[in-house]
Amino acid sequence: MASIKGHKSSEMGLHEEVLTGRTQQVFFNPEESENFFYHDAYDVDFNKRTEIDAKDIECLDINRKIKELMSQGYGTIVIKNPGSKHSIGVGILNKLNLIVEGSLGYFGIGSVDGPNVRISGRVGWSCAENMMAGKVVVEKNAGSCFGAAIRGGDLICKGSVGARSGIDMKGGTIIVGGDAGAFTGFMMQRGRIVILGDVGPNLADSLYDGTIFVGGNIKSLGADAVEAEMTDLDVDWLKRKLKVAEIDKKVDFKKMTKIVSGKKLWNYDNLEPSERKGAI
Amino acid sequence: MCGIAGIIHRGNSNNVGGEMQKMLQSLKHRGPDSTGYALYGEGESNNYILRYKVGENVKEGTTAVKEDPSVYAARRKEVDKKINEVGATIYDDEKITDYSFRYVISYDGDLLDLAKKIESVEETEIQSLGKSLELIKDIGDASVVADQYSLNQFSGTHGIGHTRMATESGVDIRSAHPYWAYPFSDVSVVHNGQLTNYWNNRRALEAKGMRFLSSCDSELIAVYLADKIREGMDLEEAMRGSLEHLDGVFTYLVATKDKLGMAKDTMAAKPMVLYESDDLVALASEEVAIRSVMPTEIDTYDPYEGEVKVWQA
Repeated sequence: MASIKGHKSSEMGLHEEVLTGRTQQVFFNPEESENFFYHDAYDVDFNKRTEIDAKDIECLDINRKIKELMSQGYGTIVIKNPGSKHSIGVGILNKLNLIVEGSLGYFGIGSVDGPNVRISGRVGWSCAENMMAGKVVVEKNAGSCFGAAIRGGDLICKGSVGARSGIDMKGGTIIVGGDAGAFTGFMMQRGRIVILGDVGPNLADSLYDGTIFVGGNIKSLGADAVEAEMTDLDVDWLKRKLKVAEIDKKVDFKKMTKIVSGKKLWNYDNLEPSERKGAI
Repeated sequence: MCGIAGIIHRGNSNNVGGEMQKMLQSLKHRGPDSTGYALYGEGESNNYILRYKVGENVKEGTTAVKEDPSVYAARRKEVDKKINEVGATIYDDEKITDYSFRYVISYDGDLLDLAKKIESVEETEIQSLGKSLELIKDIGDASVVADQYSLNQFSGTHGIGHTRMATESGVDIRSAHPYWAYPFSDVSVVHNGQLTNYWNNRRALEAKGMRFLSSCDSELIAVYLADKIREGMDLEEAMRGSLEHLDGVFTYLVATKDKLGMAKDTMAAKPMVLYESDDLVALASEEVAIRSVMPTEIDTYDPYEGEVKVWQA
């Protein structure tokens, strides 16, 4: 049985659980990690730059073109005239500077592992869904399900986001400069969400684990979400992370509200059916 | 899935027919079965514009029962007779398709009496009856319907539209959106989502004398709003009430002679993207629809859960 209690991250409200029952944690071998590579991942040179004019190209062909350019070693790709098309930039599994000059539709930058993406406009629903690693910065607003089920990386929206941001999130960080809608962090399992503005109803409903920091007002908390005390570690982390996120907003971090799981609903495996009803 | 879109020009008219056609065509992937437009034009002074159909489009893909087209002419004659019987005068009549007609009529009496008379003719359905509203819906995508009904040069202040993926009822004109809020002139509704307390509400409204033509859950919104307006509520108040009384996941748009409104359910489960400026408001299920009429860089956002907004033309 693995235990990570006593680790600094535990103090910050991250993965507090003592792993029992069917749950397992596999610690990654660093050597294995170094030598790990994906099929269709490429060695690219960030100084090699090119552009794609997406105006008259379908999204599938735009993604094929990105892949083709990466295979030729291009490490910086600028997408012009994206026109809010859906599913642009999905499945990028290596380091890449991707610059989107305009807005994306639904499911943009989904299932990526490693790229550094900057979007000058807005994104539609489910931006960066299932992201494993990398950094995605959205300069304007985002639709609902922002960062759904991400497992790692930094996802930043400088404007406001819709409902259910970070739903089913399993790691990584989501930072929002503006407001967020209902059910933010719904069934979140790990990672951190930072909302500098106000948040809608049912924040962190059915939260398993992870931490949510809110700078503004919270309309209501969801089932099993509870307020926790801000620590110095939290404040240090927030200062550092917001600098990385390039959000130029004066924030009194100590006054932010920290939300974690009450863990009454958490881990159904350990509860009898009658106890589950009681927990809800 | 379905797609909805709307546009309103503040203080001036534009080619809303052409704009709505572009917006709805770019949402075709959300619903290819039928397309509908509710366009608000300059009107015909004090006369009413009546859009009605006496049969269904029975082309490939429809679930409507095929009829011999020869019955349409007889039904139209019967409608003309009914209009004359209630004291209305037909100034202009136009046959758009074998089964669909546009009339300009003058009438001073009760609109409900007129509507009931017209719809007493077999298989006849009023699509709209208003002083500026023209409601057109048919099988096919936005371009097919716009071409069929010559909508590409329709001048007006605002419009709403719908591309339908049939899930709850058949592929026919009757189940296509928008819905006219019978019997109120110039009120129309489009909807994306599902209403889960449709039958309870329908039974209650039917008991109050309200009429339903289809078994499409979206029609409930139009009838609900009509009932509340009848009781004296203003549009925004009625829309706020709908969020409490209608259960399910939905986003809908409603238009009147000089207003366009939107409402989003309390779960924010259905999409809506909004662009707002001093001159223009455009909104749609996907931003790609707004981009089809505004290709330059613009700021858009998603309205939040439980939000109701109304704009003036």
